[in-house]
Amino acid sequence: MNRKIAAAVLLAAVAGGTAVHASAQEKVLRVVPHSNLSILDPIWTTQFMARNHGYMIYDTLFGTDEKNRVQPQMVDKWTVSPDNRLWTFTLRPGLEFHDGKPVTGEDVVASIARWGKRDAMGQKLMTFVERMDAPAPNTFRIFLREACGIMLEALGKPSSNVPFIMPKRVADTPADKQIEEYIGSGPYIFKRDEFKPGDKAVYVKNPKYEPRKEAPSGTAGGKFVYVDRVEWNLALRDAQAQVNALAKGEVDVLERPAFESYEQLKKADGVVLVNKDPLGFQYMARFNHLHPPFNNPKVRQAALAAMQQEPFLRAQVGIKEYYKACPSMFTCGTPYGSAKGSDIQSKSNMKKAQELLKASGYDGTPVVILKPTDLAAIQKLPDVAAQLLRQAGFKVDLQAMDWNTVVSRRAKKEPPAQGGWNIFLTAWLAPDVWNPLTNAAIGADGEKSWFGWPKDEAIEKLRDQFARETDEAKKKALAEAIQVRAFEIGTHAPLGEYVNPLAARKNITGWVIGSGDIYWNVKKN
Amino acid sequence: MYTFILRRLLSTIPVLLVVAVLVFLMLRLTPGDPAAILAGDAASTEQIAQIRSSLGLNRSIPVQFGIWAGNLLQGEFGRSYFYKMEVTQLIAQRIEPTLALATLTIVIAVLVSVPLGVLAAWRFGGWFDRALMGFSVLGFSVPVFVLAYLLIWIMSLKLGWFPVQGYKRLADGFWPFLHHLILPAITLSVIYIALIARVTRASVLEALGEDYIRTARAKGLPEARVLMRHALANAAVPIATVIGIGIALLIGGVVVTESVYAIPGLGRLTVDAVLARDFPTVQAVILLFSFAYVVINLLVDMSYVVFDPRIRY
Repeated sequence: MNRKIAAAVLLAAVAGGTAVHASAQEKVLRVVPHSNLSILDPIWTTQFMARNHGYMIYDTLFGTDEKNRVQPQMVDKWTVSPDNRLWTFTLRPGLEFHDGKPVTGEDVVASIARWGKRDAMGQKLMTFVERMDAPAPNTFRIFLREACGIMLEALGKPSSNVPFIMPKRVADTPADKQIEEYIGSGPYIFKRDEFKPGDKAVYVKNPKYEPRKEAPSGTAGGKFVYVDRVEWNLALRDAQAQVNALAKGEVDVLERPAFESYEQLKKADGVVLVNKDPLGFQYMARFNHLHPPFNNPKVRQAALAAMQQEPFLRAQVGIKEYYKACPSMFTCGTPYGSAKGSDIQSKSNMKKAQELLKASGYDGTPVVILKPTDLAAIQKLPDVAAQLLRQAGFKVDLQAMDWNTVVSRRAKKEPPAQGGWNIFLTAWLAPDVWNPLTNAAIGADGEKSWFGWPKDEAIEKLRDQFARETDEAKKKALAEAIQVRAFEIGTHAPLGEYVNPLAARKNITGWVIGSGDIYWNVKKN
Repeated sequence: MYTFILRRLLSTIPVLLVVAVLVFLMLRLTPGDPAAILAGDAASTEQIAQIRSSLGLNRSIPVQFGIWAGNLLQGEFGRSYFYKMEVTQLIAQRIEPTLALATLTIVIAVLVSVPLGVLAAWRFGGWFDRALMGFSVLGFSVPVFVLAYLLIWIMSLKLGWFPVQGYKRLADGFWPFLHHLILPAITLSVIYIALIARVTRASVLEALGEDYIRTARAKGLPEARVLMRHALANAAVPIATVIGIGIALLIGGVVVTESVYAIPGLGRLTVDAVLARDFPTVQAVILLFSFAYVVINLLVDMSYVVFDPRIRY
């Protein structure tokens, strides 16, 4: 009996060894993403993980290169009528979904329609659209009621919600419901049968994907795939465990290491840090314009004056070469980034903030700041905000809670004392805030706007003009005017920019420079 | 005996009912809105309201409870708000790592702690007894994550004997499965070794003071037989109780260990679901745990019959 048991154990051990060896032939890229992947519909939600999942399996009509220029991706060529009202696009030949069916104009029309119901920039674009059709399998047309200047910017936007192209039958899913089928035409195929929520997500190379010939750049160019599989390790969330795993070679990539981990990572053998996204992220503090004290623009101005960017960046990021102050609501170094109107914050000091607060008639109403305790990327910002505001003369009530409670509470319009709020802080990827239409915090349409609900007709009029304007120089001037006004009324406080370099094993190369977390062109040597 | 088992199983119904009502209410009365979380950062208030409506969360709490309870009676635990999967499927994916970790932890804990406890009782007051008591205090005091990091540093990073993290399913091969579980199981077992060793020592010490032990020794039985056949057997009831509690706690998920070692178990699923306000998942997992606790308690009670023939139900 003992011999039989021993034989069985030995056999199992050998079988185990064999099972491991068989998959060793494949090149597997083992990635630890920055968060868990829970929602698989990148049109339904703006979560970054859903967007990243989307980039793996879907393709886009246009992309944005590392110089922030929109470039064709699935589109081969396009024409615009002389009055800028009829856009006709022709798709590249050979585009195919993972189920073998060709990508057609009808699929594109349905995908744009669904995206246009969810995405803020898409919704703006749709206000210009009269109708869309697909007169031929490889062609689609967009008819506009009037000319607009955001067509290509919208279709090529690199961040949430990205207008990913799906089969018509999937894109016909109502916009308020999630899709249940994950078929794209992108460089990887999603292995639904191997997806284990909270454990791992698996993507395999799409052997039929035809990349563009150009070199990859941002979300544009050729999406060449050099690995057979990409495995996202969704279970490894502890920061120290991530560092240990990368140092030992059990994983290949840490997408966004914690800032505290960089010292260790710099010393780890075989590990390199790669700043593949030089534009990075922007921190911001959002005021609630509905309730005191920030229903008073003068009080908002005082808060803006108090919230100097350097203390936030030093506390939260800490590594000098990874952050910089940026006196712009639109990402510095991008077409609409400028310092216009920012003096209230960038050239201010605490004395001025105190004077402004005194002059505003502030009555001592406590400022409720929401502080997330479980989101390392931003959890120090509220403490800095509280300290600076107190120094300026504000009374502050800093309330700690988990991030998802912050997310729920910031959606409430009730007064702070009844479960509402006065300030919350967050971070955005550069493309999310780099123009007046993608930047949710700039919108000032009252209660229809993003949380905080500022109301200002002047800003809305300027944003509308921006959407219509086709001349780049005029768009830039409009963006500056919008920013000036936004600082005047204090829509929010930009708190500087930072980068979060990924950490990878030395044998992982081919990183594409651009926004977002992209895994094509990556080689495992 | 069968009547006893049937009675105990029937008693799970009111227990589960109370648990169901409590967990349902607590989830809906505490702060947090799954619709806002699902919608993402740039969502508008209208989009959030739409999502809330599609999930049925705009209905009154009694109506929501009625719908959920009705589905439950038909064996439907619902779908995760986030993963769009049946909750039973989610749980099924996470059960193997949790059971595997729990089983290996308890096996290591029992195999190590019971002999240690017996030896300590046998050599009561000696250096071994004092050393074990000191170790057990340490075992209770050191946080699991500190011990985990220490073991990872020594055994994985320095010696390279074990992987730093991860879980391999049994289907991926027995040795990889075991290899990935050993370090987490050792980490977790320390506190259980400390606990079970102390209880074993106390129980065996009490048994060693009984007349039948004196009789056994007087009859000239070998000391090992006296300890194992007479002392330990009679001390087994409280030891079985503590082991049963340990199993129940382990099944409930040990989220810190799962987080440090990246084991996709039920503990992590529960915490993620709570943080995400994934109501169907939290409700189902809590009900499952409650049922598991009742069954484990029943099995422990039944084991008393094996250890102590005087106990009859």
